[in-house]
Amino acid sequence: MTATESTAMGSHSVDPEEVQRERRALVTRIAKWTLPSLVLVLSILSWHLYVTIGEVPHYILPGPFHVAKSTFEDWAVLWPALLVTGRLTLLALAMAIIGGGLLAVAFTQSKWAEMSFFPYAVILQVTPVIAIAPLLQIYVDSAFIAALLCAWIVAFFPILSNTTIGLKSADHNLRDLFTIYGATRGQRLIHLDMPSALPFFLGGLKIAGGLALIGAVVAEFVIGRSGAGLGLAATLLEASYRFNFGRLYAALILISLMGVVIFAITSVISHLILRSWHESAVRRDH
Amino acid sequence: MSSVKPALDDRPPLLTMRRIGKTFSGDIVALREMDLTVKVGEFISLLGPSGCGKSTAIRLIAGLLHPTNGVIRWTGGQSEDDLGIVFQEPTLMPWATVAKNVWLPFRLQGQSFNSVKAEIHEALELVGLENFSKAYPRELSGGMKMRVSIARAMVTKPRLILMDEPFAALDEITRLKLDNDLLELKKKIGCTVIFVTHSVFESVFLSDRIVVMAARPGRVVRELEINPTYPRDENFSTSTEYANYTRLTSDALREAMEHGE
Ligand SMILES: Nc1ncnc2c1ncn2[C@@H]1O[C@H](COP(=O)(O)OP(=O)(O)O)[C@@H](O)[C@H]1O
Ligand SMILES: [Mg+2]
Repeated sequence: MTATESTAMGSHSVDPEEVQRERRALVTRIAKWTLPSLVLVLSILSWHLYVTIGEVPHYILPGPFHVAKSTFEDWAVLWPALLVTGRLTLLALAMAIIGGGLLAVAFTQSKWAEMSFFPYAVILQVTPVIAIAPLLQIYVDSAFIAALLCAWIVAFFPILSNTTIGLKSADHNLRDLFTIYGATRGQRLIHLDMPSALPFFLGGLKIAGGLALIGAVVAEFVIGRSGAGLGLAATLLEASYRFNFGRLYAALILISLMGVVIFAITSVISHLILRSWHESAVRRDH
Repeated sequence: MSSVKPALDDRPPLLTMRRIGKTFSGDIVALREMDLTVKVGEFISLLGPSGCGKSTAIRLIAGLLHPTNGVIRWTGGQSEDDLGIVFQEPTLMPWATVAKNVWLPFRLQGQSFNSVKAEIHEALELVGLENFSKAYPRELSGGMKMRVSIARAMVTKPRLILMDEPFAALDEITRLKLDNDLLELKKKIGCTVIFVTHSVFESVFLSDRIVVMAARPGRVVRELEINPTYPRDENFSTSTEYANYTRLTSDALREAMEHGE
């Protein structure tokens, strides 16, 4: 019942079945990395072969080496553009976290606030951002702020809705316990509702990270030159007007890489926060 | 608590329930005219089939529900640290370590962790988990989680501890062990306990008094006293006295179930 329970897990049997199971697990672990890498290499190779054998002109489809060359040569254009889009995305995400989080707290603390404003949060969400962006451009003087608002509108909703559900998801027996111990509203929020909401919030954050990037790209397409300079999406658009397909693909790949990096970072943050206690982040032996 | 217990009748009452009734949504009578006097240091079991209002009674005493009729009076009034509660599920905060979970009642009173470290350690020692203070609930077995829950209920040394079928979800072996440990604990800290169960054996083994309840409508049908002078330990469960009490209690329970409408 005491110390023995926790150590009973690691047995040292040399059961052949167990050995086989372990080998299978190892193979799976290796395949998890090698298979997608292999797919990547094969796709690039077939892309290259298609372009060279089919003699596809580079203004229709540039080969991988052409794109790599463009990335290298246009780095002076691409790097500042990446910074612009990156800043726009991260700022929008930060605002979405603050706005969505605060609004969720307000909604759960006051039924009236939720009843009054939740429908409008939904309307804002279901209206395609591509339809709102031109309006923002007209009414907001600063192109950067217009783009920021645009990205924020897309990113904040998953955080709002996930956190709102999360704040209401605390175990009802724990709620009773807090009542019995005379917890104040503030204590309940901080010590019960917020920790219960954390996994939901982090789920929302993962979605919001990707959406912030989508919002930023849409904003750049519609608004074009955002005050701080040309972003990746605007660079991509401009390259397409000039039939500079090398640069276009380079920008596209960078945007996609940015999405991957954002997803990876939010996943790591989520894992680090939840790993010690939440089922979603717990590694199981079987 | 002294080792020589005064006879139950001489002990001062801690809490009295007079003609308590609870009706849900207009017509579901969960509890009708329940009378109960809880004396200091007593271990009371509420025993009955499911739906007889045991949980309702516990929730009324805990102040989580308000009675439709009648009054519940605490001798000397009630304050926030009068109560500890253990539910059927361990009800731990998964994001907090064992020690932080046990800290909760103090934390909500505004006491820092360091100022009550000794009390938390003592409570964990009492349930045999002093080496697990930094573990998270998911690393513990069902029985261990329940122990943490008990430690949390005891840590403030409340006047009354309520337990609503705390071991019902555990396997038989763990359950027996926890029943024994609970008796030990009771001896050590002399707390007053109201314990809900639907097990005749458990109620006889643990209690000074068994309150037998019947359903539809939920009500008290019998009260049985278990000789308080008999030494309670593992041997008790094999004694003839235990067997006699078990038979008595089973009869009372059968009667209660037959008389349910
Ligand atoms: N919140 C509630 N609303 C309506 N009916 C309830 C509620 N809680 C309990 N009841 C009813 O009251 C009766 C007693 O329930 P309960 O006290 O939980 O019984 P027990 O714990 O003895 O199994 C049951 O018939 C149950 O359906
Ligand atoms: Mg119950």
